Amino acid sequence: MAKKLINGNYAAAFGAKLARAEVIAAYPITPQTAVVEQVADFVASGEMKARYVCVESEHSAMAACIAAASAGARTFTATSSQGLLLMHELLHWATGARTPVVMVNVNRAVAPPWSVWADQTDSISQRDTGWMQFYSESTQEELDTVIMSYKVGESPDIMLPSFTTEDAFFLSHTFEPVEIPSQELVDGFLPPFRPEIRLDVENPRGFGSLSMPHQWYMELRYLIAEAMDRARERILRVEQEWKELTGRSYGGPLDEYRTEDADVVLMNAGTAASTIREVVDNLRREGKRVGLARIRCFRPFPTEEIRALGRRVHTIGVMDRCYTFGDGGPFFTEVKSALYNLKDRPAVKNFVVGIGGRDITMKTVGKLYDNLFRIKAGGLDSEKEWIDLKRPEVG
Amino acid sequence: MVKTPVPAEENVAPGHMGCPGCGACLALRLALKALGKRTIMTVPACCWAVMPGVFPYCSIQIPVLFTAFETAAASASGVRAALDAKGQKDINVLAWAGDGGTLDIGIQALSGAVERRDNIIYICYDNEAYMNTGIQRSSSTPIGAWTTTTPVGQTRAWKSEPKKSGVEIMAAHRIPYTATACVSYPEDFVKKVQKAASIVGPKYLQVLSPCPAGWKSDPERSIQIGRLAVESTVWPMYEVEDGVYTVRKPAKKVSVKDYFRTQGRFRHLGEKDIEEIQKTVDAEWELLLKKETMTARK
Repeated sequence: MAKKLINGNYAAAFGAKLARAEVIAAYPITPQTAVVEQVADFVASGEMKARYVCVESEHSAMAACIAAASAGARTFTATSSQGLLLMHELLHWATGARTPVVMVNVNRAVAPPWSVWADQTDSISQRDTGWMQFYSESTQEELDTVIMSYKVGESPDIMLPSFTTEDAFFLSHTFEPVEIPSQELVDGFLPPFRPEIRLDVENPRGFGSLSMPHQWYMELRYLIAEAMDRARERILRVEQEWKELTGRSYGGPLDEYRTEDADVVLMNAGTAASTIREVVDNLRREGKRVGLARIRCFRPFPTEEIRALGRRVHTIGVMDRCYTFGDGGPFFTEVKSALYNLKDRPAVKNFVVGIGGRDITMKTVGKLYDNLFRIKAGGLDSEKEWIDLKRPEVG
Repeated sequence: MVKTPVPAEENVAPGHMGCPGCGACLALRLALKALGKRTIMTVPACCWAVMPGVFPYCSIQIPVLFTAFETAAASASGVRAALDAKGQKDINVLAWAGDGGTLDIGIQALSGAVERRDNIIYICYDNEAYMNTGIQRSSSTPIGAWTTTTPVGQTRAWKSEPKKSGVEIMAAHRIPYTATACVSYPEDFVKKVQKAASIVGPKYLQVLSPCPAGWKSDPERSIQIGRLAVESTVWPMYEVEDGVYTVRKPAKKVSVKDYFRTQGRFRHLGEKDIEEIQKTVDAEWELLLKKETMTARK
């Protein structure tokens, strides 16, 4: 295996190349552009035997990917923020059509005001589309997850789309040494995509026609629900296979760090986890029992893993780099919901952090752990708090 | 003109859910006779999204991918890309959409696919309004027409804007082949579809498809109404191949009034209103003939 110094965007492109994506349809948007440029280079050089459709919008990118996948091709696209939001209608379509499209989304803030920096509102807004959602912490994880998500999504009993995210700039533009698996290794891991049911002139079928309330619509939706539930187990199994081949794994859907005996745990999705690990190590050296649980997979949601954590931890802080106006951080509300039926529940507090790319520093994370220890000693001070908020002077 | 026999092959089975006298039904039947079984089609929201029937039945006997409203062209591009990736060259990819799905909500994707020179056949069956949702105006609704969103009423609020020209927009893309057609001329339509299939690159046909429900016309007169549309040059029949215009001149010319009075959707128009429209139709026809002269190969 060769090591290369690459950023998250290039890692995503290498993932698509090694997975032998056959049709790419993509539209440029900052900070995703390096993904589509690198894939275009791979195709232009002949390293990647794929059709590259330079569509005129993200909406058409997803439409072309769904259609190509319906015709039996392995597809890839990448987007970010407004582009993902424009795709929204077709994200639902990809799921209903049971097309295992694989996408990379660079998590970028939603306008206005314009901001191209890290924020997870774009992908969280796709919660109910039926896509598997993976949140990467590192460049290596991004590459590996792209390859693994093909294997999970294309399983004949799953057939669901998935996207992997990179926090804008923190992952999309940060260079790290990355092991590039050999093509032989990936070929051995990921068989070609050959769906039995596809657009085929030898065996004509209609895909996605009309269904009446008394007929099959509800049952078709139930099949999707079952497939998504099966994906929980499949994600773990596929990651285990990958580990056996490469030695690398990422902790399944909930990646826990030093939580075994932890009193307080911070939960987070995305790149801030690396900063949190540093703080955990520092606090552990001071004898404080702290841990991190990184939500790596938002859909399917790691409900059982969170419950297992909740049974042994006193206080949980959930960090959200996004917000649901009128409620709270979406990771927070989902974590709380997972814990609700436990007999003895930990206290859970929501920390809204890093919105619009604001840096989440070790100092910030240290404050959050201090807060969790105060809650452990004296009870919940408030249910949610926006952290490092500037207060403009009035007058 | 040499007549092309219409193939006997049927790829649209009886049992569809089209209305009596539906031009769009005939249009697809003819198009798929012309293209044959080695064809994959994409169908966005439109009458034909419903007409093939209810899952698990489908009256169209080739592979059909039903897609979102604005994605007929992009979906066809995706199918073509997949076939190309797999080395399957001998399959037609057909995008089949109504006029709203083509000229309103789908025009961006269509423009993109044509500019990219994607090897697809795009056929807009033009019934001149959103008929599947209940006769709302589209940009392809002709001037003067009643629809449920141009309801005439006391303020005479019929559609006051001229019809958008899909074929001219496609010609401006320097598309290899584009043409108008009408279901009342089946041999001509079949010939144009076959010609489109023989050309590599994007092709765009717009086939006028009378809609008795939306045009407020007698179902048994759909073919006659289509002929009157052509003979009045309200719907001129022409092709643009690599920029060269070829116009089919009607054997006999009838007036706009002759065409309009077959349909309830124009019933509210007075003599003066129709005279104004006649002037526009005549001017457009003259312009079209000039384009034919100007672009004739020397």
